[in-house]
Amino acid sequence: MVTPTNDPDFDVIVVGAGPAGATAAHRLASGGLSVVLIERAEVPGAKNLSGGVLYASVLEELFPGFADEAPIERRITRHVTTFLTADSAVSLDYSSHTLGHPVNGVTVLRARFDPWLVGKAEEAGALLMPGIRVDSLLTQAGPDGRRQVAGVRAGDEELRAPVVVAADGVNSFLARDAGLRRTPAPHHLAVGVKAVIRLDPGRIEDRFGVRPGEGAAHAIVGDCTQGIGGGGFLYTNQGSVSLGVVLRLDALQASGRSTSDVFEHCVRHPGLEPYLRDGEIIEYGAHLVAEGGYGMLGEIAGDGLVVAGEAAGLTINNGFTVRGMDLAVGSGIAAADGVAEAIGNGDVSAAGLAGYRRRLEESFVLKDLRTYARAPKWLERDRLYGAYGELSADVLRRVFSVGTSPHRPLRALARAALSDSRVRVRDLVSDGWSGVRAL
Amino acid sequence: MPLTVTERLAANRFEVDEEEPHIVVDQDLARSTGAGPLLVAVCPAGVYSERDDEIDVEYAACLECGTCLAVAPPGALTWRYPRGGFGVSYREG
Repeated sequence: MVTPTNDPDFDVIVVGAGPAGATAAHRLASGGLSVVLIERAEVPGAKNLSGGVLYASVLEELFPGFADEAPIERRITRHVTTFLTADSAVSLDYSSHTLGHPVNGVTVLRARFDPWLVGKAEEAGALLMPGIRVDSLLTQAGPDGRRQVAGVRAGDEELRAPVVVAADGVNSFLARDAGLRRTPAPHHLAVGVKAVIRLDPGRIEDRFGVRPGEGAAHAIVGDCTQGIGGGGFLYTNQGSVSLGVVLRLDALQASGRSTSDVFEHCVRHPGLEPYLRDGEIIEYGAHLVAEGGYGMLGEIAGDGLVVAGEAAGLTINNGFTVRGMDLAVGSGIAAADGVAEAIGNGDVSAAGLAGYRRRLEESFVLKDLRTYARAPKWLERDRLYGAYGELSADVLRRVFSVGTSPHRPLRALARAALSDSRVRVRDLVSDGWSGVRAL
Repeated sequence: MPLTVTERLAANRFEVDEEEPHIVVDQDLARSTGAGPLLVAVCPAGVYSERDDEIDVEYAACLECGTCLAVAPPGALTWRYPRGGFGVSYREG
């Protein structure tokens, strides 16, 4: 006998109106289920921060032509990867207008972009409840006597639903509450700090060598983090650029430096100054990043609960591209389909919700996480953040320095630079071979 | 370009919850585990400072990233998100 107070208020409660939660809410509501989307910010996006590049194919599949409709900043048509030393820069620079059409990567600012995606969920019939912090999961005894999730508690309020989707971000207190996620080790976590710097659109296009509407994504390794494992990024928005550093917590602790000092070193770096000149910082933010990749993925379904997006640890960093939002959208799709199936079958236990995991395994999300499963370990090699940048800069300095003494052949210059460097040949071979295998 | 943390944070919008601090330090545990210098170093917003053997928490400036919680010795911090309507509000993100 079920008492009226235990009647569900909704079919599904989604916690967190970021890309994972909004996508799940949109899809569940589109399938005719009653969905509430709870967000702790008063306006969706106001608590959300990302580096800024969104790989867009998955959204393009969901909402064809989305890049023309959504408030994106620029289509990324130029990718630059730079080894920075104190006084030089060695870059790999790839640009192609074909990256803009069909759309590949776009920059977004979350305070503008997320409300658009949440609007899609609302149009599909999901109810948005903003400005509410969910404090804990509500549980009750299931048919077999085990505790199962039955809703959420926020202050004095309780909301009930047979299934909760925890899309509550990297710190996911709900997944921890349910015992699905442990606190990751410091070498699997990084702190990202970012400033948004206002710049005139015309200046951005001149400085970054892009056309109107198109943009550049710079990944920077080396002296921008003062050799600390991680990297820097510089992305173009429409009328601003996003500059940030991502610092692996174990490496940051070992360095004895502070997050803030490293960020300030990066902002002042002479190698970046030409891009930033006369810019004005209009916002400063930070975000914890789960960098463990596939190895850090734990349980993503419990009785009456699924975990999606960053809450599930779904991020990829392979040194060239850093991804989170597209994986969040992909997991939102898989979670919604798994939840809808479980509700349809009348079994919302962990076993009944296993269709989520299966769909995630079959989708690009876990396929890509598997492909780059070895990348986090490889990226822990310290030489990547100092010695290699210095070595390549030294080789190129010798190549481009022309004097009156006879120039030596390239292989001799390279050998001389290598023997002057901290790098040993066997390190180079080992790191190179591991890198090829990891990436 | 403004270079200090305080100057950078000044561009942000914050709604401070005067009634309910969302970060509380267990001073004894923090002292015995030596957590102070670590918290001071990792926080990108300079929320933590050490003063007379105590850790001072300027929670109003918190960017809500959770880095301090990730590195703090278990139990040293009680850390939650601010109540709905409070804390940082990104206009760019």
